[in-house]
Amino acid sequence: MLHQVGLNSAAELFDSIPKDLRLARKLNTTAALSEIELLAGFERLATRNPGAQRTSFLGAGAYQHYIPTIVDHIISRSEFFTAYTPYQPEISQGTLQAIFEFQTLVCQLTGMEVANASMYDGSTALAEAVLMAERVTKRSKVVACGAIHPEYLEVITTYVQHAGIELLQSPLDSETGQASDATDLLDDKTAALVVQSPNFFGCIENVAALAEKAHSVGALLIVAITESISLGLLKSPGACGADIVVAEGQSFGVPLSFGGPYVGLFATREKYARQIPGRLVGEAYDKEGRRGFVLTLATREQHIRREKATSNICTNEGLIALAATVYLETMGRRGLQEVAAQCAQKTAYAAKRIGELEGFSLPFTSPRFNEFVVRTPVEARQLLARLASERNITGGLPLSRYYPDRPNEFLVCVTEMNSRVDIDGLVDGLRVVSNHKS
Amino acid sequence: MKSNITKVTTHINPNEALIFERSQPGRIGYRLPPLDVDEQPIGEIVPQEFLRDDDLDGVPEVSEVDVIRHFVRMSTWNYSIDQGMYPLGSCTMKYNSRLNEKVARIPGFAGLHPLCEAADAQGALEVIYDLQRDLAEITGLPGISLQPAAGAHGEMTGVMIIRAYIDARDGEEASARRRTMLIPDSAHGTNPASAHLSGFSVKTIRSTAEGLTDLDHLRELCAVGNVAGLMLTNPNTLGLFERNIQEICRIVHDAGGLVYMDGANMNALVGVARPGDMGVDVIHLNLHKTFSTPHGGGGPGCGPCCCTKELEPFLPVPRIVKSGIGIPAGPSTSAPEIADSYKLDFNYPQSIGRVKAFFGNYGMMLRALAYIQTHGHDGLRDATEAAVLNARYLAHGLTSDYDKPFDAPPMHEVVFTDKRQTRKGVHTLDIAKRLIDYGFHPMTIYFPLIVQGAMLIEPTESVGRQELDQFVEAMRAIAREALEDPELVLNAPHSTRIGRLDEAAAARKPVLRWKPKQAATTA
Repeated sequence: MLHQVGLNSAAELFDSIPKDLRLARKLNTTAALSEIELLAGFERLATRNPGAQRTSFLGAGAYQHYIPTIVDHIISRSEFFTAYTPYQPEISQGTLQAIFEFQTLVCQLTGMEVANASMYDGSTALAEAVLMAERVTKRSKVVACGAIHPEYLEVITTYVQHAGIELLQSPLDSETGQASDATDLLDDKTAALVVQSPNFFGCIENVAALAEKAHSVGALLIVAITESISLGLLKSPGACGADIVVAEGQSFGVPLSFGGPYVGLFATREKYARQIPGRLVGEAYDKEGRRGFVLTLATREQHIRREKATSNICTNEGLIALAATVYLETMGRRGLQEVAAQCAQKTAYAAKRIGELEGFSLPFTSPRFNEFVVRTPVEARQLLARLASERNITGGLPLSRYYPDRPNEFLVCVTEMNSRVDIDGLVDGLRVVSNHKS
Repeated sequence: MKSNITKVTTHINPNEALIFERSQPGRIGYRLPPLDVDEQPIGEIVPQEFLRDDDLDGVPEVSEVDVIRHFVRMSTWNYSIDQGMYPLGSCTMKYNSRLNEKVARIPGFAGLHPLCEAADAQGALEVIYDLQRDLAEITGLPGISLQPAAGAHGEMTGVMIIRAYIDARDGEEASARRRTMLIPDSAHGTNPASAHLSGFSVKTIRSTAEGLTDLDHLRELCAVGNVAGLMLTNPNTLGLFERNIQEICRIVHDAGGLVYMDGANMNALVGVARPGDMGVDVIHLNLHKTFSTPHGGGGPGCGPCCCTKELEPFLPVPRIVKSGIGIPAGPSTSAPEIADSYKLDFNYPQSIGRVKAFFGNYGMMLRALAYIQTHGHDGLRDATEAAVLNARYLAHGLTSDYDKPFDAPPMHEVVFTDKRQTRKGVHTLDIAKRLIDYGFHPMTIYFPLIVQGAMLIEPTESVGRQELDQFVEAMRAIAREALEDPELVLNAPHSTRIGRLDEAAAARKPVLRWKPKQAATTA
């Protein structure tokens, strides 16, 4: 082949690169490994992740849920996972129809009218929602309710730092754990009120009341959800009056995988469809009148609008959106309801039992879905470390990770994966390790 | 080309409905263990006003086999790398190894929660650290964050780093006057969009007739002042190496700006040349291109941001760093191995902040590291050579039938145009659609924007000579058809389940979700 293109050596392929820029040595990376060696290496590293082997009550934005076997089977089909973004609709209808179903499911669950083909994750979807609210309202102030996932808040802060948006935080009601009355921060310069529900502390917010407050000053209400399974039980944000809904879709059939890849859900009202970031799939017909699907409203996007685009997003989370679609269709209407109900029932049981433990209390009174804060008699981080080493249980997230002023609190998450035996083991473990002398 | 077998139009495979149209009340596809705690009335757990009252109306009710058949039928409507060459220029559609998929599914990684204590995730952190080290070596840029989730996300991160650096260097006031980002007219659309997100205004640099950045225009724009940086793809989107890259970097640096390189085309350089050696300050990589993590029909990606030592303090937090040196087990000692230790480091006060929750698209990092290790240093260079040779071979094979607007020999991708075919009314879009009938995925079309009727072809290293010859043969046949029977090409594709869709009508009255047919008739 080299001779055919008029060259004598492979090195000549790179003649257009100035000689002094060509690497004259081998890369200092490993020599090629065989399949046996490679797997052995990664298996060995995996044993150094004891966190993956414990009974766990860790949530806080990433959740352990049952994943039907067929999810991984379907997303592992070559035709889905080795395809590109569906730029050629005639040979991409599988991907396109799946995205159209994904958009529909997201609309149904959130109670909204339009959803896009996915964002990177919940945190970046929320940041994009804030930017969109600024575009829609042409206002520059955004008020975030007290208990938004701290990492989401960090991501919004990064995204808005050069957008001329002022980001304010309204305080938390220390008794209920819900957003306190944010009315004094809202005014006619406010683009959006942002609320997470259930919030970071597991408390269900009164979304309808917050929507009313936001709308009374002409602001949008943005609702963020980290635990999407809650949509199987709780009133949809759309029914509560939300204008933009974003969510982390990891709970829908996606493994924890140390934080990614996950999938961001993004939904809004029809009137804002042309302001939405990211890809949209729409119905279309060919000359014979056959139904198909295409990428549409592309004039919002970077490859056409360049710096005037609604977002810079290009690659999104296609395959993970497919996983979520397969999950939602497999679990279906009744499965989603049952998973959500089991989470709520088991959580209620766990909260009651932990709340009854000597020295422990539950600081927040508001209703909860599948997460709640526990106040501990000794430092929470130490308590959880002992629980891990003595009982092989990850009991939850010490809140001091994000809130140094909350050393004696941790966040517990209970899902359908935690049996009653697991929960009783947690309760017993907490009782025993909290009685140790520290 | 007409088939003499009459197609049966009622065949179930091409007529798979939407899942919502298949739904039947009462069907289920799952089973959970029975609830094992005492059930309370749900209203006692969550007040009625917060409960859903629509009974999830519209969410499908189907069985497991319904779901399997649904997706398997739909999957047959997709073209994929595993079926054949997928020569989308600028997308690097190379083979996705199954071994890498297996690695990502090892339970010790797939089941690991991102918020568990660092001590409980040392193996996972070591993977991040090792990949950072290898990417630093490959790019020649020592500062790395793997947090960005895709290429555009990495671009945004890189451009924000440039802004933070200039703010710190010049002070906010002087920096506020330096808000121009220079971007060549051949760049990806994400570049200006990312620059805009970081508060920069964009000025476009012209390309020369040769297909390279116009140095005189660059100097002119730099002389105007206020230049924060340049965003350059190299090799550029015409598949040409910017051979003046050192001079380009010098001009921008002398003007007080920094050079950002879009690493979308790194597949032409791995093991051969390093952006860090060229004078580039910051770059993003696409693990889902160069490092073979699957595209998945539009993601997930992973867009690491790599930078110079000078820019390192501005990278997103947390950084993953080594916190302790271990002791390897050796034959001379009976002591057990002590592994190196790793931690999250948040102590970078000048950081631009976090760009994504947790650590980024971790599953993609596992796959990319597996790719680097299975190839080894020699294999990485071999892959680059094969990718460039394949593109060169196509450039050579297609020149007799298609217009090649730039003379210079291409790197890993090559651009042609429809100039000769338009005489008969056949355009790039038609050629692309006809290619489908020959069993190939079309190339990237109408990009870069500066080439009229562009066809950007990137074969990657994952095809052999036989398949390249078949592709050349198909393209030549289409060129003949364009002359002899243009209607055949204009009405392509003829072999697919559906024909060309009316995209204009779809955008005029967008239907973006399924809705039940006429609620009135069923009510």
